[in-house]
Amino acid sequence: MESPPIIEVSSLFHSYGETEAVRGVSFSVREGEIFSLLGPNGAGKSTVINVLITLLPLQKGTVTIAGYDLARDPAHVRRSIGIVFQEVTLDRDMTCREILEFHGRLYQMPGAERKARIEELLALVELEGKADTLTRHLSGGMKRRLEIARGLMTRPRILFLDEPTIGLDPQTRRRMWDYIRAVNGEGTTIFLTTHYMDEADSLSDRISIMDHGTIVTTGTGWELKNRLGEDVIYLETSDNTRARDVLLGVPDVGDLGEKSHGLLATVRKDGTFLLPVLIERLNSEGIRVNAVNLKKPSLDDVFVHYTGRELRDEGRGQETQHAGTAGGRSK
Amino acid sequence: MRQWTGFLTIYWRDMLRFFRFKTLLFSSLVQPALWLAFFGIAMSANFARLSSGMAPLPGIREVRYLTFMAAGVIALTTLFTSLFAGIVILFDKNWGLMREVMASPLPREHVIVGIGLSGMTKSFIQVSIITVFGILIGVEFFSGYTAVRILASLLGMFLFVGIFSLGFVFLSSAIAASLESPEGLQGIMTLLSLPLFFVSNALYPAAAFPPALNALSAANPLTHLINGVRYFTIGPDFQVIGVHYAVTVQDMVLSLGVLVAFAAAMFGIALWRFGKAVVT
Repeated sequence: MESPPIIEVSSLFHSYGETEAVRGVSFSVREGEIFSLLGPNGAGKSTVINVLITLLPLQKGTVTIAGYDLARDPAHVRRSIGIVFQEVTLDRDMTCREILEFHGRLYQMPGAERKARIEELLALVELEGKADTLTRHLSGGMKRRLEIARGLMTRPRILFLDEPTIGLDPQTRRRMWDYIRAVNGEGTTIFLTTHYMDEADSLSDRISIMDHGTIVTTGTGWELKNRLGEDVIYLETSDNTRARDVLLGVPDVGDLGEKSHGLLATVRKDGTFLLPVLIERLNSEGIRVNAVNLKKPSLDDVFVHYTGRELRDEGRGQETQHAGTAGGRSK
Repeated sequence: MRQWTGFLTIYWRDMLRFFRFKTLLFSSLVQPALWLAFFGIAMSANFARLSSGMAPLPGIREVRYLTFMAAGVIALTTLFTSLFAGIVILFDKNWGLMREVMASPLPREHVIVGIGLSGMTKSFIQVSIITVFGILIGVEFFSGYTAVRILASLLGMFLFVGIFSLGFVFLSSAIAASLESPEGLQGIMTLLSLPLFFVSNALYPAAAFPPALNALSAANPLTHLINGVRYFTIGPDFQVIGVHYAVTVQDMVLSLGVLVAFAAAMFGIALWRFGKAVVT
């Protein structure tokens, strides 16, 4: 089921003057998957994505995208990718149709193909009724949808989405997820960065977490949560006192707390597999289990575990300052 | 992957925006006409009074000051329009719009060429309006010319205006690519345009300038544009407020050469600055 990698990054370094924003990042994205790059502000995510989409020069390391070497063949890389930038980059004084038309022309799409693709995409993102409306009159969600359509205009093999749902209401965010899934379902690989853990968790096949310019962990959402070893199991039994002694004898059980009607165990292993073992052990001791509950850590917990708790908005703004010449980005 | 028509995309978008801002379009078209109408007529009346005691040079065609200065207004309008035209690059950069272009396969020189051509087109539109309006209020352009000569003169004038315009759009593009924010832009533009404007023969003859200013004036692309415009619209030999103007074909070739060299140099600088610009 594993597809070949469509993006391969190895030992990527990037500095802004003296400041090393990216310090040896390696990862690969498989064809057809939704891959998320997470990290606190200043972790180096934006730098990585800007290098991959050719807006920043490749200083050190090798990057292969869709089979093309980024250093030697940026033009082919550009033709293989679509991009939805972090903030809205739509000309306020152009209509939806003109935005797509301009993009198609930039990539030298033939006229007939351009026209057909515009209609197709306006339908996909449900903006047919707004085709000739200036983008200044669109709502935030519509703008985002139009940008996704633009990113897909040239049928890229990979779509980069940099914080695609920032500032959108929950309903609109979920609609955006549906679009992203639909696009992915058509075979487009998705490279996503986001600050919303629920978004990454819900959409991604695999997730990498970045901090201080390096990747600190990679895996599926499920793997990351399991790796944390902080599953919490709640048990109500016929004899909580004896059950407590039995559970303390199981090596994978860490903390054990008592609640008014049951026991709360933090376990070091994947709780989904450990729970049946625990129930069996209790049964064999003649203790009946009346109720169970299993809580896995959230991706938020994983994120905080790997990146710490300190605030990142102040002090570590290097990346933002240096790369932020184009105006307010990476907030 | 043929990309040689890529600049047309940039040109298309810039013209689209030009015609979309109706108030800006209107003011940019009416402003030079107003200048010509009020400043021109007022100054013309003054010069007429001041020079009324002077005997005209014998045997040389005399034109009104309004005619003389209409060519200057054409040149100044081209200068300001062109200096303004490249600024779109700064705003596109700041609004994030440039990212889409920079991440696309379009070679960067096409952005410069596209913006240059749209700036040139805007200048052409304005120059056409001033010319027609000027003739309506009594500017003696093309007087006594045959239809063929008028056509040839117009072509000549547009050649000069076009090359000059490209040079200044490239210059403003280079400035826009180098700046990080619009603060200070106004100052830079004023600092650039005022000396060019005053050290030229747009509104008054440069003949009476002190030698140093005269040398500067001779190196000023604006002077060469104005010479060209006067040559094609008024003629090679005329007098105005007692000053004799006579230029030869050689002078015109030299002026054109200066403008071409200027535009080529500015294109190089714009490419260099734009190549250095990091847009993220």
